[in-house]
Parts: sequence; C-alpha cells; structure tokens
Amino acid sequence: MKQTLTTLYRQTGSSYRKRVQGMGTFGILLAFVVICLALALSTPRFMTVSNLTIIVTQVSINALLAFGVTFVIITGGIDLSLGSMVAVTGVVAALFAHPDTYPLIVPLMMALGAGFLMGGFNGLVITRSKVPPFIVTLGTMTIGRGLALILSKGRPVSNLSDTFNFIGGGQVFGVPFPIIILIVVFVLCSLLLRKTIWGRYMYAVGGNEQAARASGIPIAKIKMLVYILSGLLAALAGIVLTSRITTGQPNAGQGFELDAIAAAIIGGTSTSGGSGTMTGTLIGALLIGVISNGLDLLNVTSYYQQVVMGVIIIGAVVLDGLNRKK
Amino acid sequence: MTSSKPILQITHLSKSFGGIKALDDVQLTLHRGEVLALMGENGAGKSTLMKILMGLEKADAGEILFEGEPLKNRDVKDTLKKGISMIHQELLVVPELSVADNIFLGRETTRWLPGWINNEDIYQKTETLLGTLGVAIDPRMKMKYLSVAEMQMVEIAKAISNNARIIIMDEPTSALSDKEVASLFRMIKDLKTQGVAIIYISHKMEEIAQIADTITVLRDGQYIATKPAAELDRNALITLMVGRQIDLLFPVAIGKQEEVLLSVRHLTQPGKFSDVSFDLHAGEVLGLAGLMGAGRTEVARAIFGLDPLAGGEVFVKGLPVTIRSPQDAIRYGIGYVSEDRKALGCIPGMSVQHTLTLASLKHYAQWGFIEARSEEGAAELMVSELRIKTASLQQGVMQLIGGNQQKVVIGKVLLARPDIIILDEPTRGIDIGAKHEIYKLIRQLTERGIAVLMISSELPEITGLCDRVLVLSQGRQTALLDRSEATQEKIMAHAVHQQR
Repeated sequence: MKQTLTTLYRQTGSSYRKRVQGMGTFGILLAFVVICLALALSTPRFMTVSNLTIIVTQVSINALLAFGVTFVIITGGIDLSLGSMVAVTGVVAALFAHPDTYPLIVPLMMALGAGFLMGGFNGLVITRSKVPPFIVTLGTMTIGRGLALILSKGRPVSNLSDTFNFIGGGQVFGVPFPIIILIVVFVLCSLLLRKTIWGRYMYAVGGNEQAARASGIPIAKIKMLVYILSGLLAALAGIVLTSRITTGQPNAGQGFELDAIAAAIIGGTSTSGGSGTMTGTLIGALLIGVISNGLDLLNVTSYYQQVVMGVIIIGAVVLDGLNRKK
Repeated sequence: MTSSKPILQITHLSKSFGGIKALDDVQLTLHRGEVLALMGENGAGKSTLMKILMGLEKADAGEILFEGEPLKNRDVKDTLKKGISMIHQELLVVPELSVADNIFLGRETTRWLPGWINNEDIYQKTETLLGTLGVAIDPRMKMKYLSVAEMQMVEIAKAISNNARIIIMDEPTSALSDKEVASLFRMIKDLKTQGVAIIYISHKMEEIAQIADTITVLRDGQYIATKPAAELDRNALITLMVGRQIDLLFPVAIGKQEEVLLSVRHLTQPGKFSDVSFDLHAGEVLGLAGLMGAGRTEVARAIFGLDPLAGGEVFVKGLPVTIRSPQDAIRYGIGYVSEDRKALGCIPGMSVQHTLTLASLKHYAQWGFIEARSEEGAAELMVSELRIKTASLQQGVMQLIGGNQQKVVIGKVLLARPDIIILDEPTRGIDIGAKHEIYKLIRQLTERGIAVLMISSELPEITGLCDRVLVLSQGRQTALLDRSEATQEKIMAHAVHQQR
C-alpha cells in the first residue's frame, strides 16, 4: 500500500476495461419501436420514406429545443423561455436575412448571439439571485415575447434570401437540411454530456449540489453553461423555423417549451435533476412526432391527440418512478 | 418525592443497526415527579433509547413498562396518547400557524360541519392552558413571531394538553439565554409538583446539578450506572461517561515533522466560533475534540471554504491565502471528508467510479474530454488501495454500505492529491473492522508527509490516533494538549469548560 500510494501521488491512471452503459433508455426505445410497428400495421401510409422524412423534419425543431432543456433539467433547473427565444432569434435572423443585404453568416451569428445573451441572462439571474429557475425563465418568457414584437414592430418579417431559406427547406442528397442539423447537433450534445468533464459536472450539480460544491465543482459556471447552451439551441431552432416558414414571426414558438420539456421527460430525464440522456430525449421527441403523425394518418382529430399526448407524458413519468423503486 | 412504584421501567433493551450495537441491555427507571438526567457522550445511545421510547424505532429485545403495562407495537401517535411526549432539540412547529393551532394540531375541536374548526374553543383552551403554566403568550399569535424560548414553552404546553405523564427534553437549553433557562427550570419544578416525570438530556454539567434528581449514564450503548444527582460531582460524572479505554489497536504514531503545512490565526465566525488558532504540521494528526455544537465542524467547513469566515487568517505552507470556495481549497491542496457523507459526499445515481473521480476529473481530461481509460485506472487504483468492496466500478455509490461508502468518499478526496486532509468524524456509523482500516490509512497518509486534521466525538479515537489535540468548547479553544497529556478525562474536562 505504501508503494501504491506513492504511485498515486506521482501519477494516476493506466488500466483497461470496457464498460457497459446506456441501458436506461431501453424502455423508451422499446415503446417507440412497438408504437412504430403498430402504426405500420394499421396504416400503409406510415412506413414510407416520404412520411418518415416528414416526421423527422417536423421533429427537428422540437428536438433541438429538447436537447437544450435536457442539459438544464439535468442540473435540476428548467427553462420556460425556449418558445420566446425561438421567436426573438427568428425575428433577429429574419431582419438580417433580406436578399442582397448581408452574407448568410450575419443573420446566423446575430440570431445565435441573441440566443447567447438571453440564455446568459437567465443563467446570470439564476446564479446571482436565489430566485428559482422556474420564476426567472417565466419572466424571460414574457420579456422575450415583448422583445420579439418590438424588434419586428409587431409584423411578420418576410422577404428572406434564398440562401437563408435553404436552411429550413433545402436538401442535400435528398436529405432535408434540418435533419442534417439535427444529427450533427445530437452527436455534439451527446459527446458534451457523456465524454466531457462539463457533462459529468452537470449530473453532479443536479444530483446533489452540496456534494458537487464540496468536490470543488464550479456550480455557477456550470449553470451559466447550461442556460447559454439552451439559448444557443433555441436560436438554432429559431433559425430553422424562420427559414422553413420563410418569415420571422414574432408570435412563433408559443408553447414550444412545453413540447421540448415533454420530450426530455418522456426520454427519461428526471425533473428532479441528476439523470437523463440525449439519446432518450431524441427518442422522446421522435415518439411525440410519430404519435401525432400516426394519429393524423388514422384521422384522429387533434383534440384527441392532445389527450393522448398528455396520457403518454404522465405514463412515462409513472413508469420511470416504478422503475426507480425497483 | 419519588413514590415506590415507577411510572416507567425499561429493562434489557437492545437495538442494533446493521452490525453495530446501538443499545446493549440498557435499563432505566423513572418515578412520578422525578427529573432524570440521561447522560453520555455523543453516540452513547441516548437518542436511540429515546426514539424507541417514543415509538419511532423498534427495539430488538427488552421490555418497556409504562405504569406497569408493557408498551408494544405502537407508533408515535399511540405513545403521545398514552402520555409520553418529547420536546425535540430542533423544535417541530408550524411557523405560519397560530400558537393555538400548533398546540391542537391534529386534535382540533370542530363545530357546525365536519372539519370546521372551532377556533374560539381552541383559543379558549390554549389561554387557560398557558395561564396555568404562567406563560403570557397570545394564543392567536403566529408561531413564527415567538422567540425560541417561547416556542419551547408552547411545545411544553402542547405536551401538557396531551395529558403527558412523561416529558422528554432533548438539549432544551441549547438556544436559550440564562434568564430563559431560569424560567424553564421554574416550569420544570411546577411540573414535578404535578407528578409529571421528566427525562432531561443535556451536556451541560451545571444545569444537571441544578435540576436533576437522578442521573443515568450510558456509554457505547451500554448501561453504566444510575445515581442520585447529589452523590455525583463533576469529575465522578465525567469518569462514568468516558469510562475505561476501549481496546482498539491504534497504529503507532511517528509524530509530526517540522514543516507547517497549514496554519490558522484568530478564525472567527459570529455565533459559531471565535479566535481559533493552530498550526498543522506535515505528518501529524491533529485532533479536534469537543462536544456536539462546540464549533468543530464549523471550523473545518470554514477552512475548506464551504462557509465564509468573518475574521482571521489562513496560511498554507507559510503563504497567506484567501479561500472563498471548496474550489480554492482544493487548489491549495486541502481535502475535506465531511461528517455527512450522504449530503456532502455522494451524488445519488452516480457510480462508484464517477464519485471517486469527481473531485479530480480534470486530471483525466484533455480539452475537456475525459479519457475513459485513465479515469477508470484511477478509480480501480483507489478501489484496490482502500479495499473498497463493490460489485463493480459501475455500482451505484448509494447502494454501498457505510464503511465502503465512506472509503469511496475518502478515495475521492485522495485522488485530488491533497497535502492537508480534514477528516470530519471519519468513522461515524461504520463497523469496527472498517474503522481500523481507516485508522491505518490515516497513518499511511501521515507517513507520506500529509497533514491530517481529524474531528471526532469518539475520545478513544482522539487519544489513540492524534499527535496533538485541540479542544473546543462553545466555539472557543480551551486547550491544546500534547499526546502525552491528552487523556480522555482531561479532554472531557476541557470540552465541558464553561465560559462566562
């Protein structure tokens, strides 16, 4: 033991073993597959390339927001300002995206900058004051809606350049561009959460903030980081949405935050913090998309769709709770 | 004063938690109108005994006779109904409700409609009740506007209104001024004349001498003695509480080296501790002894940056430093193992590996990306070094039992490679075998020149392991003893030292 302690104090590391990980999302994946099979059997229009492409494209905006809010919920917080940030950043992007004005990079950077600032504002108020994230982001939600109306003077901002409109409507080798964005962002977010120290710190902060602090983890920085990430991903969603509907809509994105939070929760992210995965959230978002698409195909009215969605959200959390008890 | 037939008779009571015997064949006898002081060090079994009496815990063996009838299979509500009440050290009140609502909580009288509270009736009853106790508090006042002493009076009134025959008071004076203590004692004397029996738990010797009729001493979960308070002087009582040394093998100390790694001067935190100064040498174990509430943990937390310091200086290796957060402390090479390993050491849902590496994660990362193999290597090293018994590195840390969980928390601190380690009650709640391994580990660390500051309420641990002992009493240091002079009796005497 003496010698090994010496080794420890000189350098640490060097042993090999693979680990098994990621069984937590198995249940939701199974549910997803079952529902897809059921829909495929009940309507032939479901399992077609064009329909599946439509689903994923429609899901992409919600998924981007859900990735952001997954970071936030893992640290034990919540972000209700997502929908408003989508509107603000969408309007900002549109204002700089008129044809023959600025190169494409300008509207993109302006929108991301706006998302960064709004997320940073959330993070700053939450870490500096002791006001709960629920209240702070509820305030930012209203502020953001107002800002979007001010910036757009209350009217939709239209006449956008073709290059800008490519982001939401274009295709690369037949794949809609939003799907490509979705995949790239998913991979980056997954890596950040699973492979970096910041991802690990997010779990620690949400799991037990006091213990995280005592382990020397910079709590405030991690919280700033997650709200900024949430803002940046909301900006990306705002860009994709504005580009797809070819207009900056100050009223866009209402209620988006709830769909995003629902995707994260269905995907197994615990609202009390400390657990959750990007894969789970992605499946959660896809599940929401598949169900509303499938119910459309089965000619179920949207009124019933809302009831079904609500039941699924509650069911997912109940199942999660039962699982935990075991 | 004491009638022949006891109101409460506890015999052969035993209780174990896991492998640890919290109570072993304990007895206690209480008569009507008697004030019995229950004494013992922290961990002697006083709280467990009271919890069993209140019906919060079940005894493994033994019998409790209340007025000649055995008490069995009951919960707290039954116990209260029978007439046994407890005033907890941390008062259990609902601050937003009125005094009367608090007293009659769960026993409200109703009128007109089911569930419709008859406020006039309970205000009336409360007024009468407080009047007989000689307490002038408005029954309509919200609880949160009362002082701690007044809240205590209300709690006592609540016990009386429950027709309490026995009232247990756990450290009732810990938050009271001298004047308030005097009025509490007056009330206790009144209760005695009404035949109410009182079990009084306190560390304060002066109070015991003033108020108690009889003293029962517990030590390490065992019944030691019951004597009339008049027969026991302070020293005799301390000897009974501390007892003979337990035969635990402590590794041989090699003693301190010259270099001072940590030195603090005049550390102060208002209301917690003041003017604490000491030097911590390389290779030494400095013990921090004192009673519960003496300010030991608070000093450790402040040094580690968990709580702010109001005054004083900290030097690490001779250089003045300002530590504002645990991050700063870790950067200066200080590690802290908390007394509360669940609240401050573990993160629910995290694996053994992730917990071990949490405080040193940067060592295994490049550009923020964790290198899985070096992280795993570090965790494996600690598991084998500290002989942590775990199914795998992926096992959840909350699933480990006491001793192993404590080793994981210590391992986490060690992986950050500190030069100075603060251990706060490192062996609390773990079995003898694991205790011994931790003692050996502490010695191995000091052999490497690491300085250890150890807080412990177990005196044999302090005298057996420490090179020097700093004793705190009520937030002030009352002694700094060398190994040769640090006997348990001496430490205890300094720990109960009263300041005026």
